[in-house]
Amino acid sequence: MSILVDKNTRVVTQGITGSTGQFHTKACKEYGTQMVAGVTPGKGGSSFEGIPIFDTVAEAVAKTGANASVIYVPPPFAADAILEAVDAVVDLVVCITEGIPVADMVQVRRVMDGKKTRLVGPNCPGVITPDECKIGIMPGYIHRKGSIGVVSRSGTLTYEAVHQLTEIGLGQSTCVGIGGDPIKGMEFVDVLRLFQDDAETEGVILIGEIGGSAEESAAEFVRKHVSKPVAGFIGGQTAPKGKRMGHAGAIISGGQGTAAEKIRAFEAAGIRVAKSPAELGSTMKVALKGA
Amino acid sequence: MNIHEYQAKEVLRRYKVNVPRGKVAVTAAEAEAAARELGGKVCVVKAQVHAGGRGKGGGIKLAKSPAEAREIADKMIGMKLVTHQTGPEGKEVHRVLVEEGCDIARELYLGMVLDRAIGRLTMMASTEGGVEIEEVAARTPEKILKEVIDPAVGLQGYQARKLAFALGIPKESIGKAVAFMTGLYKAFVESDCSLAEINPLVLTRQGDLLALDCKMGFDDNALYRHADIREMRDFAEEDPREVEAARFDLSYIGLDGDIACMVNGAGLAMATMDIIKFYGGSPANFLDVGGGATTEKVTAAFKILLADRNVKAILVNIFGGIMRCDVVASGIVEAAKQVKLSVPLVVRLEGTNVDLGRKILSESGLDITPGENMADAAERVVRLAGGAAR
Repeated sequence: MSILVDKNTRVVTQGITGSTGQFHTKACKEYGTQMVAGVTPGKGGSSFEGIPIFDTVAEAVAKTGANASVIYVPPPFAADAILEAVDAVVDLVVCITEGIPVADMVQVRRVMDGKKTRLVGPNCPGVITPDECKIGIMPGYIHRKGSIGVVSRSGTLTYEAVHQLTEIGLGQSTCVGIGGDPIKGMEFVDVLRLFQDDAETEGVILIGEIGGSAEESAAEFVRKHVSKPVAGFIGGQTAPKGKRMGHAGAIISGGQGTAAEKIRAFEAAGIRVAKSPAELGSTMKVALKGA
Repeated sequence: MNIHEYQAKEVLRRYKVNVPRGKVAVTAAEAEAAARELGGKVCVVKAQVHAGGRGKGGGIKLAKSPAEAREIADKMIGMKLVTHQTGPEGKEVHRVLVEEGCDIARELYLGMVLDRAIGRLTMMASTEGGVEIEEVAARTPEKILKEVIDPAVGLQGYQARKLAFALGIPKESIGKAVAFMTGLYKAFVESDCSLAEINPLVLTRQGDLLALDCKMGFDDNALYRHADIREMRDFAEEDPREVEAARFDLSYIGLDGDIACMVNGAGLAMATMDIIKFYGGSPANFLDVGGGATTEKVTAAFKILLADRNVKAILVNIFGGIMRCDVVASGIVEAAKQVKLSVPLVVRLEGTNVDLGRKILSESGLDITPGENMADAAERVVRLAGGAAR
C-alpha cells in the first residue's frame, strides 16, 4: 500500500502543450506513471508522445478513465484549472503552478469544501509513490521503495530529505510536497492521517518551515492520533521577521510562525527534531529505533 | 508589496472609505501650500516611509499654522527616521503627508487579514486603537473582535453591524461604520491586498468615522492584474539588492552575517542558512536561484552576493532535480571567471548529473572547495570565513 497514488493511478495533464507540461509529462511517463490524457482547450484531438489531448477535463475523464490530474498551467489560469478538475470529479488534483494569487485560492478552497476531490499544492513538487507513480517535478531516481512517509512544504528540501533517507537505506512509501503557499489543498494533518492509516508506512518525516500555524496543528495531531514514529525539521530558524523567504507562506508576521515556537510544538508532541538539515535521514533512523 | 500611507488612503478614497483631507509634499514650500489649502488651521505633518512607529520616532508632528507646517516639513524631509521597524540605520524621508486635524472622540482599530488556517478573510476590530495590535492580542485577546468572511457572499451587513455595535459606536453612526467596513472589504478584495490596517480608526466628536492612519500590503502574485497598484511601488523604500535580484528573477533577502549563500529552492535556501548557523557561522543572505539557474542568472547572483562588503565566503548549495548539475557547474565556472571571485567559494552539488557537474568544477582550474554533503559544505565555509566550526 501507499497513500494518494499507486500503480493504478491514471493521470491527466492540464496544460500538456506548454513546455513545462510537456517536459514533466514525458518524465513521469518514463518513470512508469500511467499518463493517460492531456488537456489544452482548443487542442483536443491531437496528441503528445502518444497521449491523447482533449479540450476539457470532463471529456478526458470520460474517455480515458483518468482519476488524477496534474496542473502546469500559468498562474492566472491555474485556479480555473483546479476547479475544472474538481468538477470532473477526479480523486486527486496536484497543482504544480507557482504564483497563484491568494484570493484565487481562497475561492478554490471555498468551492472544494465538502467535495471528495483532494488537492495537493499549489506551488509544490507533487506526489510520488516510488516505483509505482510519480506525479510532479521531483527527480524520480533519488527515491527508493520503502516504508517512510515524507511530507513537506518545500521542494528541494524534500529532495534533500529523500536523498538522505535513500543513502542510509530507508526507502519511502509515499512522498507528498504540500507546497509553500499560504492557502493550499492538503495540509500536514490531512497527509499525516493517511500515513497513520497506511499499513505500509512505518515512520514519517515532517518537514515544516516558518510562517502560519500548520506545524502547530500537525504537532497536535501527532500527539493525539499518530502512533508511528515521526521525525521533523523546521526550516527558517535564522529567518528575520517580516520578510517573505521565497515561499509566499514563509513569513514570520506579528511575532507568529517562528521556528522556535514550531520546534517547541514538535518536541512537545514527541516528534524527534533534526537539529541540522543534514540530519533528516539519521534523525528518522533514530526515531524508528526509539519506537 | 507595500505602499505609503498617502497611497493607501488614495485607494480607500476610491471605495468611499472616509479619510482626512490631505496632500502629499516633497518640499517644505509644498507643505506650507498644502496646509494653507486645507484651511490654514491645525494640521498634521506625517513622514511617509514604509515603517510603523513613526510617531515615537518623531515622524508625526502637529502644526498650528502653515508656517509651522513648513518648518516641520523642512526638518522632516531628508532626515533619517528611526523607528522600531526601521533598524538603527533608519529610513530617509522623501515626502510628507499634510493632513487636516480632526476632533478625536475615540481611537479604534480595524484591520483585515487572511486567516490561513481556515482559508478565509477575517475582519478584525478592537476598541484598543492607536497601539500595536500585536500587543493587544498578546495582553488582552478578548478585546479583539473577529468576523470571518465567506468568500461566496463577501462581508455581510450584519457582520459589520455586529462589529460596530461591539465597538460601542453610537447608533447614529452605525450606518457610517457599516459603509466604512464594507468599503474596506471591497478595497481589500478588489485590489488583492494581503493586509490592510486602519489604526487608529477615529470616531470624531461629530460622529464621523475616519481612517487616521492606514497601512496596506498587496499580494505579489496578483500584481499582474493591478497596473494602478504596481505604479505605486516606491523602489527607494526597498533594499536595492533585493530590487536588483528581482530583475533577474532571483529571490534575495539581505541579512547581517558574513557567509553568502546561493541555493535552489526556498526551503533548501532557508535550511542552508540554518546549517551555516548550526556550524557557528552567520548567513549574509537568503538567495533562491529558482528552478532554472542559467549562467546569466548565476553571474547576476554572484555579483549581488559580492556587492555585500561583509561577505567573507560563499556557499553554493544545489540539489539538482530538474536542473542538471552539469549546467549549474558550467554556470558557476563561467560566472566565477566573469566576476573575479575575491572570497573563498564552497560548492555542494547533488542530484541529476552530479558526477559530471563535479568534474566540470574540479577541471575548471578555479579555486573552488567542494563540499561532500550539506554538513561538510557548511563546516568548510564557516572555517573559510574565519568562524569557529563546531
